[in-house]
Amino acid sequence: MKIVVCVKQVPATTAQKHYTSDLRLDRTSAESVINPLDEYAIEQALRLQEAGTVESVAYLSMGPDQAVEALRRALAMGGDEAYLVTDGALAGADAWATARVLAAALDKLAPDVALMGMASDDAKGSLVPGAVAAVRGLPLLSYGSELRLEDSVARIRRLNATGYDIIEAPLPVVASVTDQVGEPRYASLKGIMAAKRKPLETWSLEDVGIDADDLHGAALTRVIEVRPPEAKAPTERIENVPAEEAATRIVDWLSARKLI
Amino acid sequence: MTYLPTPEHDELRAVVRELAEERIAPRAAEIDRRAEFPWDLKELLARQDLLGTCFEERHGGTALDEIAQVILAEEVARVDATTSLIPIVQKLGSLPIIRAGTDEQKARYFPRLASGEWLIAFGLTEAAAGSDVAANRMRAKRDGDAYVLNGSKRFITHGSIANVLTVFALTDPEAGGRKGMSAFIVETDTPGFSSPRLEHKLGIRGSPTAELQFDDVRVPVENRLGDEGDGFKIAMQTLDRSRLGIAAQAVGIAQGALDAAVGYAGQRQQFGQRIGDFQGIQFMLADMASQTEAARQLTYAAAARVEARAVDLPYWTSAAKLIAGDNAMRVTSDAVQIFGGYGYITEYPVERMMRDAKITQLYEGTQQIQRLVIGRQLLQRAGVRERVRAGSAAGA
Repeated sequence: MKIVVCVKQVPATTAQKHYTSDLRLDRTSAESVINPLDEYAIEQALRLQEAGTVESVAYLSMGPDQAVEALRRALAMGGDEAYLVTDGALAGADAWATARVLAAALDKLAPDVALMGMASDDAKGSLVPGAVAAVRGLPLLSYGSELRLEDSVARIRRLNATGYDIIEAPLPVVASVTDQVGEPRYASLKGIMAAKRKPLETWSLEDVGIDADDLHGAALTRVIEVRPPEAKAPTERIENVPAEEAATRIVDWLSARKLI
Repeated sequence: MTYLPTPEHDELRAVVRELAEERIAPRAAEIDRRAEFPWDLKELLARQDLLGTCFEERHGGTALDEIAQVILAEEVARVDATTSLIPIVQKLGSLPIIRAGTDEQKARYFPRLASGEWLIAFGLTEAAAGSDVAANRMRAKRDGDAYVLNGSKRFITHGSIANVLTVFALTDPEAGGRKGMSAFIVETDTPGFSSPRLEHKLGIRGSPTAELQFDDVRVPVENRLGDEGDGFKIAMQTLDRSRLGIAAQAVGIAQGALDAAVGYAGQRQQFGQRIGDFQGIQFMLADMASQTEAARQLTYAAAARVEARAVDLPYWTSAAKLIAGDNAMRVTSDAVQIFGGYGYITEYPVERMMRDAKITQLYEGTQQIQRLVIGRQLLQRAGVRERVRAGSAAGA
């Protein structure tokens, strides 16, 4: 069996972010990492490979040239090969365009499972797994806290309000997993060294059989404004009073809001 | 000879720093308080292939260059000096085998050391033979196809937890330590070997410093390193290289204290402003930073000489260890000063760093011994021949 994990390179949470005049994130200015939620998908795929359920694990990303760094980091954690779809026409791609491109590349790679993180840390749309499944006409197993593969069936556990739903679908499937699958491993030194020799292919839009004109400028949506979150109400501080009085005031504050 | 870190070095630093900050730093205070060897972190380093960096790939190692090994020690020591000793001592104990071992000896021990399954220690120092290595008394007497070892060692880092040791003992007591000492590989499950006592220490408290006892320990002849009488030379060649690891550790400790001090100066408020806004504090931080950078660059320069097998590498490694060790002591002390009263209590890490820093001025040759090495190298360069003396100061 073969898994392709879709990986997105995102700016580090702690990075200073700058925007271009057309409100796109300036990716060259920010320190980039593998989308942290994708690392769980990588971990899940590698565990299945180590258990012998899956023969090969490949990575697929759509992004600028520098996204090869994210793919190398993924290969350092494990897996066999990686593919980057990069094309000038994809600048500013939204979830719809991303899904179309990934779906086209996945058609070429034909994995049993296309596995993704539950969302990306930057856009947080959570749209791409569903959109890829729709474009490819495949079942979607989303928000899995565990993925299992048996014979010709994929099965996930999904946390609900009272327990778990167990959901299964015939292969091939598109699946997304949450941070419940287990802590992602650190790349080992040998893994990092081996990653430099693993195959990493770059594809253009033409290579995946998409005509740039069909992508309508790579986006159906348009960002109209980017602004920082509203400032929170100022913190109320109780200082320089005896402990007993401070405790009383905290209790009063909480009970006034019916919190205790 | 280039000694600027490459993109691969930067990548290694980033990888080790992430691991150190996320997994090692949170354990450092507890390791110090409990004075317990961090087996969990030894496993972690082994799993990440970070204990095999000085071994060749055919032995399961990763064969990193000397600057890369320095960066590894530096980044781990930046968060915890005790844990940084795990890779440092794995190399120290192995260096005699790397230098003088046969292919068979290397093939027998290196794979288990590279994987981290086994730990090794370096058994040179004795109670009455510290800086004066040639004063060693431990005996190794030939008996058929074995040597029988008798005596004791002291101040042996990881001596009580190692699976194997490189040990130095006199095969020819008449000839003395310089000419009559030989080196051996000793597996610690050999009958007659024991580790009766651990030291209680000021710093690096999680790293066991052991007394070792040898009572009729039979070591097969094939475990001798080099020829009989090569021991002193092997020990000196080892220390000339291993000192680099201590310089790296000292740079790391200093950087950790500097980073903590900068962070504290940026948030601690006194007199209505951050203390980092006071010029007096800025001047201290500037001195700490620039001197630590100087120590780091000298350490990389020394690493490049070791990598290139330069004939004057003892000069460079001693100079690096001297500068980096003294700097670590000064910078950690200044960090405590910047923290004020908070620096003196265990709630913050800088007092631990100050206690840890002191050892870098003492082990693998005191700072005084480093000056002797440097001085001799200077005279050698000028063509002044060394006067042969009874004792020899080289120091473990």
